[in-house]
Amino acid sequence: MKRSYLAPITAIAAAAVLTLSACGEAPEESSGGDATEAAAEFKGCIVSDAGGWDDQSFNQSTYEGLQRAVDELGIEHAEAQSQSDADFAPNVDSMVQQGCNLTIGAGFLLEDALQTAAENNPDANFAVVDSMFTDADGNPVEIENAKPIVFNTAEAAYLAGYLAAGMSESGTVATFGGMQIPSVSIFMDGFSDGVDKYNEDKGEEVELLGWDKEAQDGSFSGDFDNQGQGQTLTEQFISQGADVIMPVAGPVGLGAAAAVSEADNVKLIWVDSDGYESTEYGEYILTSVTKQIANAVYDTLEQAQSGQFSSESYVGTLENEGVGLAPYHDFEDQVPDELKTEIDTLREQIISGEITVDTPNAP
Amino acid sequence: MNAQPAGPGSASGPAPAQDQAVEARPAAGQLPRPAGPGRGATVLEQIFSGTVWVPIGSILLALLAGGVLIAAADPQVQATLGYFFARPSDFFGVAWQTVSEAYSALFRGAIFDWQADTFVRMIRPLTESLVSATPLILTGLGIALGFRSGLFNIGGQGQVILGAMFAGFFGYAIGLPPIVHFLFALLMGAVGGAIWAGIAGVLKARTGANEVIVTIMLNSIAGYLLLYLLKQSWFTQTGSTNPASRTIYETAQLPLLLPPPFRLHAGFLVAILATIVVWWLLERSTVGFELRAVGENARAARTAGVSVSRATILAMVIAGTLSGLGGATTVLGTEHKLSGGIAGSIGFDAITVALLGRSRPLGVFFAGLLFGAFKAGGYLMQSQTGTPIDIVLVVQSIIVLLIAAPPLVRTIFWPLIKARRLVPGQDRGGAEGDTGVGTRAGASGAEGTAAGRGPVSTGASGTDSEGTGQADEDSTGTKGER
Repeated sequence: MKRSYLAPITAIAAAAVLTLSACGEAPEESSGGDATEAAAEFKGCIVSDAGGWDDQSFNQSTYEGLQRAVDELGIEHAEAQSQSDADFAPNVDSMVQQGCNLTIGAGFLLEDALQTAAENNPDANFAVVDSMFTDADGNPVEIENAKPIVFNTAEAAYLAGYLAAGMSESGTVATFGGMQIPSVSIFMDGFSDGVDKYNEDKGEEVELLGWDKEAQDGSFSGDFDNQGQGQTLTEQFISQGADVIMPVAGPVGLGAAAAVSEADNVKLIWVDSDGYESTEYGEYILTSVTKQIANAVYDTLEQAQSGQFSSESYVGTLENEGVGLAPYHDFEDQVPDELKTEIDTLREQIISGEITVDTPNAP
Repeated sequence: MNAQPAGPGSASGPAPAQDQAVEARPAAGQLPRPAGPGRGATVLEQIFSGTVWVPIGSILLALLAGGVLIAAADPQVQATLGYFFARPSDFFGVAWQTVSEAYSALFRGAIFDWQADTFVRMIRPLTESLVSATPLILTGLGIALGFRSGLFNIGGQGQVILGAMFAGFFGYAIGLPPIVHFLFALLMGAVGGAIWAGIAGVLKARTGANEVIVTIMLNSIAGYLLLYLLKQSWFTQTGSTNPASRTIYETAQLPLLLPPPFRLHAGFLVAILATIVVWWLLERSTVGFELRAVGENARAARTAGVSVSRATILAMVIAGTLSGLGGATTVLGTEHKLSGGIAGSIGFDAITVALLGRSRPLGVFFAGLLFGAFKAGGYLMQSQTGTPIDIVLVVQSIIVLLIAAPPLVRTIFWPLIKARRLVPGQDRGGAEGDTGVGTRAGASGAEGTAAGRGPVSTGASGTDSEGTGQADEDSTGTKGER
């Protein structure tokens, strides 16, 4: 039996060789060492939470920050994705064991694992994105070799809230979150305050759907995956008259964008990255509340590489441009100059401390 | 972030099991068995009656497939493939290097790390495998016990969550003296799991509600219940607004079996103990006999005077107790606090562990160890060689896929199996028992006790040890195949 197969297989293989042999040429035998070898003394490592590197949110931004450091600084690197909470400690430990000088964890869930590792490995440095280090009771603590990277996104969301209220024709705006966690709620708090500020200044009554800052309660899609849920929520907001909507839910926001694209005269405010560039719904995106995680990660890596690592927490603000409002892009002409000026003034006032955006979710 | 704990894991886990559930329903005991060796009646049997070579063959095949994927995912290998015919040695060299590096990292992370600096670090991986295996074994035992009782308990996840929730809460909310505290917290974890599974058991026994659907729904409810509670400050007992609880008291932590940096904790002893208890329960006790009787043929069991509803509830409660312990050991042993993703995908992985262990306690124990080793090895493989962690999931999934299709593995490994046969004609021996196929114990290892009282003994095997006379089991399989 077996032998009878041999002939056709040989024939096919021979034919394939003849057909494909031209498809590539072998490169010259390489000589010499790697160009990056000189700079390869520093090793920067990152660990994700269960979202993974392609979550279109903080994990992805952290990854981008590391990639930029690898490209520009020529550092060595290692990455590990966690699939569940039980993976955090082993992944961080694995980084320490392979000699990472700086290990950055994405997401507040990694705080404990990083904190334990930092305490047990005083020679290595650590950083966590979107969280402070806390003790058993949840009070912030400072650790000598670990740096919290956090963002006061309420400041930028405040401007977005003011802008949304100013741009709304129906007098109703809306926001919703992915899950009710501080790094999400803080956007909604700022947005809510911005709308209130507009109403106070202009004597208007723009209504905000989806978030009650006092009660810390509002609309959440329940996760960061289900775009359909985002679409449904947004359709409901639109049917209640909302015409500017800010989803704070990572990829779920794409569902919201789909709903917005089917409605008339409804605008979207994107979060985290500039949605005009990162999504295909640019024409509906009024602006984006940006959170420069990648830059902060890059800066932290750069400081650590040059021996300048400090455990002082990095707080992204309007002042240091860790958070901000993206350009209006297609809406450049539609946003009245007066409104633009007011927002610029507000930005100055926040930076100077004249206005403080209070939120229980502040880092 | 964690609303979908480990998406790919949970997706790959339950899917095959559910399919089985639907298809194998008639075999599980609700309907009278067909007189002949009906097709429907044999699905479960096929899964549980393969030789020990089926799991081993599946593992080998899965590793092979994983190797192909590792090579395919590697950019260097892709580059060499571009000029494959110009210099094929490059391709094979790089592919071999990539795959062997990945698998040796997997081994170093799971068993013994010969590249580590210190001796402690060299042997730590093995203990890490045991740590990862602990909840899988406990929960897997619960699932297996359900399988043996004719119940497709897909609710391991929910029961793990409830177990973790109860154990964690009593670990940080109340203060108790050392030893008493962690024992109490463990007990509460078991109670939590038992309650959750008990709901499904009672619904099934009293109303006939399908336990597959009920347990799946209870999984979702448990997940959202945990997320809800983690937002309530009376529950989390912290000032932080993050959805995570405070850390449990040291008195509630399971004692470490080895000093740090080892993480191996007393939960592993619980897993060993549970394996022995479940074995005794299923193979040696009257209760276990009743459970298995119901699992094999509920109507016959009822006729014989077994209370089917009592057995159903009991099986679910015991299964929930075990799964609850699985969740409790996670919180009290390693995590020390509650968060939304505390259960990971343990509940779903445990289904695959139970399938791989062919629902026998010892089998589940070793299957749990294997999956624990995969998990522990995956950390090192991913972080040191950059191999996507999904490969580990793929390997695990392929194993289960092949386990669920023993004829496929048997066909592939047919020459091997044939060579191992001592008596060539022995598969005919199995065929003689054809009339008995319908009542052949779902798990042939059980026949020792079943044979005496069961309506028909298959005459295939009177012993009850794991992997008895593989030739005999072969015969069952080959029959299904032909």
